[in-house]
Amino acid sequence: MNTQAIGGMPEITYNFAYLDEQTKRMIRRAILKAIAIPGYQVPFAAREMPMPYGWGTGGVQVTAAVLGRDDVLKVIDQGADDTTNAVAIRGFFEKTAGVATTTSTTEATIIQTRHRVPETALGENQILVYQVPIPEPLRFLEPRETETRQLHALAEYGLMHVKLYEDIARHGHIATTYAYPVEVAGRYVMDPSPIPKFDNPKLDDCPALQLFGAGREKRIYAIPPHTKVRSLDFEDHPFRVQKFAKPCALCAATGVYLDEVILDDRGGRMFVCSDTDYCNTRQEAGHRGEMGVPAESASSDVMPGLNPGIHAVPPGHPVQGVDGRVKSGHDGVPVESGREGDAS
Amino acid sequence: MYVAAKGGEKAIRNAHALLAKRRRGNRNLPSIGLDQIAQQLTLAVDRVMAEGSLYDVELAALAVKQARGDLIEAIFLIRAFRTTLPRFGYAKPLDTAGMQVRRRVSATYKDLPGGQLLGPTFDYTHRLLDTSLGQGGVGGEGHEGHAPATQPETSVEAEPMPRVTDLLGREGLIEGAPEDDGTEPFDLTRAPVSFPVDRSTRLQALARGDEGYLLALGYSTQRGYARSHPFVGEIRFGDVEVIFEAPELGFELSLGTVQITECQTVNQFKGSATTPPQFTRGYGLVFGQCERKAMSMALVERALRWQELGEEPGAPAQDEEFVLSHCDNVQATGFVEHLKLPHYVDFQAELDLVRRMRAEHEEERREAGLKEAAE
Amino acid sequence: MTEQPLLVAEGLSKNYGPRIGCRDVSLEVYPGEVLAVVGESGSGKSTLLGLLSTELDPSAGRVSYRMRDGRLADLASLGAAERRLLMRTDWGFVRQNPADGLRMAVSAGGNVGERLMAVGWRHYGNIREEALDWLGKVEIAGDRIDDDPRAFSGGMRQRLQIARNLVTRPRLVFMDEPTGGLDVSVQARLLDLIRQLVAELGLAVIIVTHDLAVARLLSHRMVVMRQGGVIETGLTDQVLDDPREPYTQLLVSSVLAA
Repeated sequence: MNTQAIGGMPEITYNFAYLDEQTKRMIRRAILKAIAIPGYQVPFAAREMPMPYGWGTGGVQVTAAVLGRDDVLKVIDQGADDTTNAVAIRGFFEKTAGVATTTSTTEATIIQTRHRVPETALGENQILVYQVPIPEPLRFLEPRETETRQLHALAEYGLMHVKLYEDIARHGHIATTYAYPVEVAGRYVMDPSPIPKFDNPKLDDCPALQLFGAGREKRIYAIPPHTKVRSLDFEDHPFRVQKFAKPCALCAATGVYLDEVILDDRGGRMFVCSDTDYCNTRQEAGHRGEMGVPAESASSDVMPGLNPGIHAVPPGHPVQGVDGRVKSGHDGVPVESGREGDAS
Repeated sequence: MYVAAKGGEKAIRNAHALLAKRRRGNRNLPSIGLDQIAQQLTLAVDRVMAEGSLYDVELAALAVKQARGDLIEAIFLIRAFRTTLPRFGYAKPLDTAGMQVRRRVSATYKDLPGGQLLGPTFDYTHRLLDTSLGQGGVGGEGHEGHAPATQPETSVEAEPMPRVTDLLGREGLIEGAPEDDGTEPFDLTRAPVSFPVDRSTRLQALARGDEGYLLALGYSTQRGYARSHPFVGEIRFGDVEVIFEAPELGFELSLGTVQITECQTVNQFKGSATTPPQFTRGYGLVFGQCERKAMSMALVERALRWQELGEEPGAPAQDEEFVLSHCDNVQATGFVEHLKLPHYVDFQAELDLVRRMRAEHEEERREAGLKEAAE
Repeated sequence: MTEQPLLVAEGLSKNYGPRIGCRDVSLEVYPGEVLAVVGESGSGKSTLLGLLSTELDPSAGRVSYRMRDGRLADLASLGAAERRLLMRTDWGFVRQNPADGLRMAVSAGGNVGERLMAVGWRHYGNIREEALDWLGKVEIAGDRIDDDPRAFSGGMRQRLQIARNLVTRPRLVFMDEPTGGLDVSVQARLLDLIRQLVAELGLAVIIVTHDLAVARLLSHRMVVMRQGGVIETGLTDQVLDDPREPYTQLLVSSVLAA
């Protein structure tokens, strides 16, 4: 054992966006290959990241590899900018890259997401980076990578349809609600990550570049702009998306994906936009749902979590509390924009 | 009125503050020093270095402290740091025959060149709680005969200690050590693994694999799942010099020493069509003193070689994709723990589906009931 | 029987180290013909089946197959994609253990429908109709279509495996001891069914069996194997009624004695 006295530790410093340039170049090569072969899973030497596997390490590496100093980054998880994991990842890039961040879908040049595609249509100057837990659409039908690789290489996708067939045979309809498999550019079958199938149509012919990063499984794949993306189905059981019976309770939007919020223990609940930026933008434009409240009278003891995105307001502007659980007695105290404090 | 589950920035900040407070514990007590951890919790530090794949006692001690003693968390911290380090090159293979041995036992020979050296071990201790340790004593008084724990640790240098497998190898009784063909081994931290993999890749994956996982798998091979009748040819623990050859310099230099545990098992092999019966090897090598891990690794490593040795497959420990895909505890803990991240969106989709299917089910039952009533 | 062979094997050998699995086997199978490969266990018949179906790579020799377009193709020269396509459309493989040939957690309908979906069928109703039709042909009640084979008896599983293989109207089916492990009465029913389907569909079949009664009932021609080599070949009735080789005589008499 090294018995030398342990004294002052040297300061540890990191490169722009954490990863060293060698690693970024390696990832960019994988991304380029992925773009060249839409829907094909390109193996890459994923690095260990300072966040746990399964928490977005793939997305973070892809973002780090494509991020430039002029980029404006938006990070969402479950459609929301203020979920803890989104906040942590945004904080990571603020700290390691110092780039501008936003909650606005339209202002962002790079959007990293977990489980959702924004409601606002994306443009050609944007990149959507998905965090992917299990990139292999055939994984739960065939656990062996050696075999699934063959199946992809030979475009043997009968097995995938067996799964859909079984759904219909047992339930009368396809019972896959998220991570619904798609065929990309008429060739590779791809897992769109666990987005609700509601979002699948947004992948098709999207003007933005869509990149998918799976860190633990060490795969990157891509959908280039304006690529044909088709959700698998049967001719007599066509692909259909979920529909919500009611509009958003806050902004009255219809045709969007809604979160169910339990209001009490007597069955009271409301449905609100899962895309918080979309909802806030609509509310700011004057749209009101049945439980929507005028912005001026919003107070923290009404619905703290659904206030306008934290980063959307200028520094120093009072923002209502963000924390209902972990305690804090700071509700109503102004929060500084863009800094994630790490007290440890 | 309701409380939103969406937390955000301040919640994270508060949680981190609370974590720091808990880590510090009672402020009336002195903060534990890294040197204390490095000196007194050596086996924890060793495990963090081994599975973190980074030999740095000081950083490992820091990680143990920062992780509040959660070793997998500490390993994770080390890995995340390690990944940012540049590579200057690769050291030459360690010469474990030249190890400055601190402990060396063989289960296959009663006596052998260099002898058996018990060294610092829990083996043969009575597992009785030693309350003298709780009172600042050094322990070891009551039940270990009269060997004072303060006795300086000796390492025998007088006699060379050839490896047991080398002794067997001279007689041709054991398969030869794999030839070094001079190619750089695959580096699984720098390139994606694609199955099937070669032996060096397997060994790398196992060397940083989770001790508990390998222990369970190794144990399973002893209980009949891919049984290979192992003997511990030798376990040795001690200091080995790390030699680096810098092409710019044109000569070799020593970078210092690392402590490692090496385990070589001697396993039965019936022989095949082309090979006469002979013993085969299982190999385990781990940073620090991690005997349990080194032995488990050797057992699993041997089990994974079924194909090359023409053995019957079928046991979990033989399944390369299964064993290697799940042995990394940093990957495993991340993915298991990610289940606590929000899944509202997917859950909403499932909720919607279950409600719909229940409604359909209800409808069918109602229709069936109406039909029955009408009949 | 037409004069052009469907499958041609030339000088097939397979060594496992110095142990010989199969030694210099040549044979031809014609469209609509049932060829039985018989021999004791360890005689190399399963190895031969593996070689013919390209599941094993030969140490020497080659296997050629008449493609649908009429050309005779060396199977080793086909790409993996072409070979796999052949295997799931033009060929079938009925295994001794149904669990090796079926997806045990997938419904009977899904098992039969898989090959259809693999060749591009995308209409649920049509797939299901075809599956029902095939379940009927192998005497499985239509109301079991959504049950998975774990709920089936051994005989039913084997019949389901046959339906799963035949649904794409293959021209050649490999069978490895298809009646092994079944009760005698169940065996008889299955053999009957196989015989009827083979005749109806004009299938060529290569069936491996240790049971000469099975060979007699199903096959037109047979090949007797011993120690990896073919020792006798001829029309089934001829070989069984008037065996030339002493070893075949022994085989035949031991069956008659039993």
